[in-house]
Amino acid sequence: MTETAFPLKRGGADASGTLMSVDKDTVNKIARLSRIAINDAEADKMVGELNGILAWVEQLGEVDCTGVEPMTAVIPNKLRLRDDVVTDGDVRDKVLANAPAKEGSFFGVPKVIE
Amino acid sequence: MTDFSRLGVASIRDGVAKGEFKAVEVAEALNTRVAAAKALNAFIVETPEKAIEAAQAVDADRAASKPLGKMAGVPIGMKDLFCTEGVQTTAASHILEGFVPTYESTVSANLWKAGAGMLGKLNMDQFAMGSSNETSYFGNVISPWRRNDGGNVALAPGGSSGGSSSAIAARLCPAATGTDTGGSIRQPAAFVGISGIKPTYGRCSRWGVVAFASSLDQAGPMARDVRDCAIMLEAMAGFDPKDSTSLDLPVPAWEAGLNSDLRGKKIGIPKEYRLDGIDEDIAQMWDNGIAWLKDAGAEIVDISLPHTKYALPAYYIIAPAEASSNLARYDGVRFGLRDLPEGAGLQDMYAATRAAGFGEEVRRRIMIGTYVLSAGFYDAYYTQAQKVRALIARDFENAWSQCDLILAPTAPSAAFGLGEKTSDPLSMYLNDVFAVPASLAGLPAMSVPGGLSKEGLPLGLQIIGKALDEQGVLDAGLAIEQRSGFTAEAGEWW
Repeated sequence: MTETAFPLKRGGADASGTLMSVDKDTVNKIARLSRIAINDAEADKMVGELNGILAWVEQLGEVDCTGVEPMTAVIPNKLRLRDDVVTDGDVRDKVLANAPAKEGSFFGVPKVIE
Repeated sequence: MTDFSRLGVASIRDGVAKGEFKAVEVAEALNTRVAAAKALNAFIVETPEKAIEAAQAVDADRAASKPLGKMAGVPIGMKDLFCTEGVQTTAASHILEGFVPTYESTVSANLWKAGAGMLGKLNMDQFAMGSSNETSYFGNVISPWRRNDGGNVALAPGGSSGGSSSAIAARLCPAATGTDTGGSIRQPAAFVGISGIKPTYGRCSRWGVVAFASSLDQAGPMARDVRDCAIMLEAMAGFDPKDSTSLDLPVPAWEAGLNSDLRGKKIGIPKEYRLDGIDEDIAQMWDNGIAWLKDAGAEIVDISLPHTKYALPAYYIIAPAEASSNLARYDGVRFGLRDLPEGAGLQDMYAATRAAGFGEEVRRRIMIGTYVLSAGFYDAYYTQAQKVRALIARDFENAWSQCDLILAPTAPSAAFGLGEKTSDPLSMYLNDVFAVPASLAGLPAMSVPGGLSKEGLPLGLQIIGKALDEQGVLDAGLAIEQRSGFTAEAGEWW
């Protein structure tokens, strides 16, 4: 195994090619992308935790993966095709059975368009 | 009178078939034990009526001389990750609290068809994310084991299948389902002195199993001996057109095939698993395991799995990445919890619901997954991790040119106390250092009891096999079981 620089030359890396650590703005952005509300104290705590974990996973950058294809299927298996016919359905009430809010035969959501 | 809590899967099945006792008697006895073991917090929901109903059906079939299934009359625990029709399924989360599936997972349906009955839904780490069962919304599961120092420190039953391991070790049920994404069957089995096997990826259908990391998730059985695992795996496995990664292969007769004569087999000992500062008890147990397999006729060979140290960091990119995608479905719209703050719009509702509904570890992993998949970081983290994963699988492929099976410890230590590792996520993750490589490569792997630590706690030996060679794994497990003389059990304090 040869030591190679972490292959990162674009967004997210600084000029030397090493990953920048995550700051609070980034944590807030990730939380937004994750659709998880976090408060200030949680964001502060998450900065340290995420940086700890990310610093640890960055050791993967040492591995020389030249010519290695990223794994897509762990056990060789071919994707099956089935006949294009209806095999399921007509289960509206089952689909709605666990809805936290429903109106008639629809899922209820807060007003989306003003 | 028979103490039904002492019988395993095979004994119950055979006793019922021979008419030595009724299935209903077994179900009643175990229902009583489950109800009396609240202190372990192993069950989220108890379903005594389901256990009785299934047992009555088996007794009726026997009375009518109808053929009985592979698990006929055996009451089991069902990990709360499996959707069970009409019975709350939560994955031990708040966001799914009160969720009552209108369908049955394929694996659980297979078990009911084989004549098993359900004692209840077992507690677990929330969304199967954890190694100590401390992330459940429904409280920690306590291991029935205690250290021999006379103290009463509550110990972790392992995770994520901690309800399963605790319930089996406490003899509340002879067997239970587990799921294993990065060691969640094997590590809890090791922590409580029972057996458990994760089959080859694709053997057991994932349909109806609450998804964590789809390319890794595999269901498997946990029980008190190897034969019982073989029986239950036969009942669980099989091709399912509803899971696109299900293997379209017949289910081998693993129980009938059991053979602990290992002459002609080569067992690889991976040098990279002998970590610096390895626990003395673990090292000793591993050496004992090597001696037992030699005694069974196997030849021992030293092998190398050079990328082992990168398995855990690769896993902690891949699994959270898949989880962040899988858990996007919890939106407060279609099922589960909804948190709608006064005047909130749709986006605020999503964020509030997910903040309230997911536990801390789940939120952490979703955020890590979201980060490593985000624009600009995807290649550096996710693609690189999938490349490393390919190299880890290749390591095993290369090893198979020298050996048939691999022997290693299951976990780097015996069970730890609750709360000992919760402050540092990384120290918790390191628990799965020996379990994760086989998960990343999709290989069958099993934990069997290997002895006790100086503190009197169980330790597990892990056998890893080639893809589809569950038989080889079970056979080596049986050879160890026959030689380890492991009969220790937890004292009944609960």
